[in-house]
Amino acid sequence: MSETTPDQQTDSSSNGKSNGKDVTENGRPNLIQDLREKSRGATDLFKKPKETQLYKSVFRHKLDESPRNRSLAVLTNVFLHLHPAKINRDAVKYAFTWGMGGITFLLFIVLTVTGVYLMFYYHPSKGQAFRDILFLSHDVPFGNLLRNMHRWGAHAMVLTAWLHMFRVFLTGSYKKPREFNWAVGVLLLVLTMLLSFTGYLLPDDQLGFWAVTVGTNMARATPLLGHEGPFGPQLGFTAFNDVRFALLGGSIVDSNALLRAYVWHCVGIPVVAGVFMIVHFWRVRKDGGISGPAPFVLPHEVKGWLPKEKKK
Amino acid sequence: MDWHQLLDIVSKPDNIPIVIMGILVPFYTWYGLRQAFANDRVITRLESDKALAKAHHRKREEYDPAWDKNVHVWPFLLRIEFLATLIVMALLTIWSIGLNAPLEEPANPTLTMNPSKAPWYFLGLQEMLVYFDPWIAGVVMPTLIIVGLMVIPYCDVNPLGNGYYTFKQRKFSILTFLGGFLFLWCTLIFIGVFIRGPGWMWFWPGQTWDHHRIDNETFRHLPELFGLTKAGNPVMTAVFGIVVLGAFVTVCAWVIHHLYKKYKPEAYAKMNIVQYVIMQALLIGMIAMPVKMVLWHVFKIKYVLILPWFNI
Repeated sequence: MSETTPDQQTDSSSNGKSNGKDVTENGRPNLIQDLREKSRGATDLFKKPKETQLYKSVFRHKLDESPRNRSLAVLTNVFLHLHPAKINRDAVKYAFTWGMGGITFLLFIVLTVTGVYLMFYYHPSKGQAFRDILFLSHDVPFGNLLRNMHRWGAHAMVLTAWLHMFRVFLTGSYKKPREFNWAVGVLLLVLTMLLSFTGYLLPDDQLGFWAVTVGTNMARATPLLGHEGPFGPQLGFTAFNDVRFALLGGSIVDSNALLRAYVWHCVGIPVVAGVFMIVHFWRVRKDGGISGPAPFVLPHEVKGWLPKEKKK
Repeated sequence: MDWHQLLDIVSKPDNIPIVIMGILVPFYTWYGLRQAFANDRVITRLESDKALAKAHHRKREEYDPAWDKNVHVWPFLLRIEFLATLIVMALLTIWSIGLNAPLEEPANPTLTMNPSKAPWYFLGLQEMLVYFDPWIAGVVMPTLIIVGLMVIPYCDVNPLGNGYYTFKQRKFSILTFLGGFLFLWCTLIFIGVFIRGPGWMWFWPGQTWDHHRIDNETFRHLPELFGLTKAGNPVMTAVFGIVVLGAFVTVCAWVIHHLYKKYKPEAYAKMNIVQYVIMQALLIGMIAMPVKMVLWHVFKIKYVLILPWFNI
């Protein structure tokens, strides 16, 4: 633009009566001609969008089917780079993996997205909370669907996490070198259930209230730390300073408990779970990808496993 | 037979996930074990035929030496993940359109829900509350379950069956896990969801929930059968409990020790004392659960050990 401004000023007299010449009398390029030339360059770019700087800055490699591009498609994509470029041909069999770990993560994402939407309509305060749920179910566009998806997604996530653990156990995938990742997975399972449980109170209805009352009443009985647990009273714990009080922010399930459940549910546990998930996925790769299907090992092939007299 | 009552329980929105679980868990148990047995048949053949074992590719998946060992993640894994995402999202959306999340009346501390149940995935723990005091059922048992799961890889010294389904090579660990997951965990949940009615009383499926029913069963403590009461002779009652509990632990440990040494000599030889003691402790803890259930339901016994501070 800045290049053409001087032209605009000097050629303003000859601007209207272009006679098809490329150059005006004083030797400067014709403005219209010039712009036409420039726009031709631009339309050429539209004909070959993959040649543009814009395209090349976003997509770092070509998309035609070549082994190199297939690898780059995964390696240069931040969302896919958790995957290796290649995996064992048998490891993509559904029969082996059941897909439950991935589905659990998918549900976590669904719950994060729907959860954030729900947060726009929800106040974690006694009295208002229940009305917000009514408002969500009856007035907010798609609010009911949103709440239902969050609820059922949460239930489904508990289930898929169990099934994932079940598959990992049945295939012996927790064995060397994946012991630590199994332990991380167990903690993630616990966090999943805690997330679900803290969310249970938030509608502030009878269902959630009594479920959380029953659940946190057990904390009264924590050995050493609860005021009704073994040796709790002897250590000076009462209903107003024990572990249950810390969980509820009070001695009964009331407004403080609602706020605490909300903060744990929306911030605390998701952050912790997120950190553990990062470790979990990272370790899957670092421990050599998914465990199998591995070739069968026969007992006599493992050194020092069978007692000597049994060896033939 | 009150079909309406049964339908009422099964069709409760929050119980739908457990109905789904009742289908998925048996299905995946079958699905995993079927592959385990199929693999076992191959393993048996390989064990008896050394020449075959040398030449075999050691998997049940199709094999051709000319094939590449690995495949590209793009598209061979990502298309599966994409498809799984579509299916899960479609199912979750249909589920969320078709079924509304439950919402009871606003929370009311003065009006107790009867029965007041925790979310279904915690009903196993709530059911344990019947048989044990809250500090065991609500605190010790969950901790044992979590820690017990986490130490599995460090106590399971069996190097076989890493990365493939097998039953033959891991009979003990698979049976233990199935016992814990299917029998203890899932069964207790099913009892909690489908059997327990008002007052947490036992109603067979199809039996009408009677809110006025009063259980007149009288429970006794084991020492009372031998004339010992806490009021009469607290010291002897405590000593009696300790002796009985000690005898239970000793007998269990002895039986496990002999069975383990006899049927798993390789694993026994390889385990160190810490691994072995932890495994024993966890197994005894697992056995204690059904033993206490039998004591409760069949012999109507509440406590075995009665101490001034806590009872078991």
